[in-house]
Amino acid sequence: MEHYPLFYTFHFYLFGLVAVASAILFVTRRSPVSAAMWLVSTMFSLAALYVMLDAPFIGVIQVLVYAGAIMVVFLFVIMLLNLGQASEIADVRSQGWRLAAGLVGLALLAEIFALTRSSSVSGLTLAPGTAARAVNDAGAVGMVAGPLFTTYLLPFEITSVLLLAAIVGSVMIGKQRRAADAR
Amino acid sequence: MSLPALTLLQAANPQLPPVHFWPWLIFSLIKLLLVFTFYMVSAALLTLAERKISAWIQDRHGPNRVGPGGLMQPLADGLKNFVKEETFPNFTNRALFIIAPMLSFMPALITGAVIPFGAPWPTRWGRVDLVLADLPVGFLYILAIASLGVYGIVLAGWSSNNKYALLGGLRSSAQMISYEIAMGMSTIPVVMLAGNVTLGAIVLSQAHQGWNIVTLTLAFFIFMVAAFAETNRVPFDLPEAEAELVAGYHSEYSAMKFSFFFIAEYANMVTASALMTTLFLGGWDIPFTLWDNVAPFAWYKSVLTLLAFFIKLSFFLFLYMWIRWTLPRFRYDQLMSLGWKVLLPMSLAYIMVIAGAMLGLNALGVPRDWRFALSMLALNVVIVVLVFWVLDRGRIVSPASSRIGARELERLRTMAHRSTLTPRETGD
Repeated sequence: MEHYPLFYTFHFYLFGLVAVASAILFVTRRSPVSAAMWLVSTMFSLAALYVMLDAPFIGVIQVLVYAGAIMVVFLFVIMLLNLGQASEIADVRSQGWRLAAGLVGLALLAEIFALTRSSSVSGLTLAPGTAARAVNDAGAVGMVAGPLFTTYLLPFEITSVLLLAAIVGSVMIGKQRRAADAR
Repeated sequence: MSLPALTLLQAANPQLPPVHFWPWLIFSLIKLLLVFTFYMVSAALLTLAERKISAWIQDRHGPNRVGPGGLMQPLADGLKNFVKEETFPNFTNRALFIIAPMLSFMPALITGAVIPFGAPWPTRWGRVDLVLADLPVGFLYILAIASLGVYGIVLAGWSSNNKYALLGGLRSSAQMISYEIAMGMSTIPVVMLAGNVTLGAIVLSQAHQGWNIVTLTLAFFIFMVAAFAETNRVPFDLPEAEAELVAGYHSEYSAMKFSFFFIAEYANMVTASALMTTLFLGGWDIPFTLWDNVAPFAWYKSVLTLLAFFIKLSFFLFLYMWIRWTLPRFRYDQLMSLGWKVLLPMSLAYIMVIAGAMLGLNALGVPRDWRFALSMLALNVVIVVLVFWVLDRGRIVSPASSRIGARELERLRTMAHRSTLTPRETGD
């Protein structure tokens, strides 16, 4: 990256602009299928930005899990329930909620601006090239897997149990409905 | 030694990668063009091969009018598709209708970027690796991009404003998600054995400790079945089942847009075959020798390994067609139960078995060479026999020639008997 600063800068702004534009289009489309496709585009651009931050594993997982699996299931549900056309249920939020969402977004933007301008957060940032060296030393996967299965093993396992509970819960809800239908 | 002198020395050594930007860029562009051309030409030739092989299997001649032995048939087909009228059905989502063929075509092409297809080629500007980009996440990149291929089919089905097309799109999204999981799980043993996710490392590890088809036979079978399902080929071509859905997701497409779906299907086949070659048949490795895998590299080593890669690739492409013209299509419930109830649990159990075997062999101090391969082969023979002849008992492997239990035979007979009787005779 540091060898070709122009290359890096160009692609940062390219994917940044694509991500922001897709996100805006995503929240303004009335047709759920179009909105879903713009969200896929946003996730793809974010994946590219992750790769440029020397986090290729996160970038690939972003595409694999969000763009490739979760959004496909979203599309499946939209198509199965025939919500594909723009309809009155496409947007159920009231004016007040939209205003609140806009304000929260502005507050977050302000926070980012403040953080990037202040010098007090040096403890939160890594020295340049740290991530690239870690990818070189431990491999793109090892860099994430190492801490995950040693230092942070307990939180990781607790998260797995949480997900398992969610799966069991959804199966139970499905079974109850079938039993009710049978009666 | 000062740094500029070191750079000059490296640039002169053909066994090191080129350090200068321009040689690297030019070689990358050449490789890019070659891989792209290979994909397009092979997609065209595979349509001909498919028709020739189907003719051969069905004892016919196949296309033999255009050019010598029908060799120019793909050109004629292409020309026809270019000049045909493009139709747009009413009330379609025009933008998505046009984008869908492109979306199904692109993932197939960009997956080819990470597949290594030969030993490094030394030039006077430095070593050129015969792979477009050996990404640090190589193998995961393939899984990620392959999972995007479904969008083209789903959007084509939805935007066509046609019930049959929509059903095809729905089927394909469910099918792809189901088999993607089995596909990913079946490759975890491969990554465990190689200890790395880059495809270059996977090829190299197979050269040393035996091809993965020997050490991970069951994973190979699971991956192959999942790859067939991911490419929507018979026996998994439910999204375009012509007997039920007209032509499935591409019912409303004509001319070049229809042709794009076909090119995408064949490009997907090439990619899946290249993947099976790389992950399980040692990639470009020439068997029983390490001569091709170690430095000093030379141009003839590159050519020979390239040839080895293409022979393996062609075998899988032939296998695709062989199976297409041999097996009937699955029913939808069979498809789902095969994916979720058979392949997924089997691949999960296999990960545990392989992890245990690796732990055991490491504890016994077995070195990672032919001894390791032989011990793994012995384990796999036992597992394959268990799975295919004991657990399966002819249910999946060979439904036509399998022995049927007495009770099952009785049940089938009563069913056949009932269906031949009129409603009055059954008392309904």
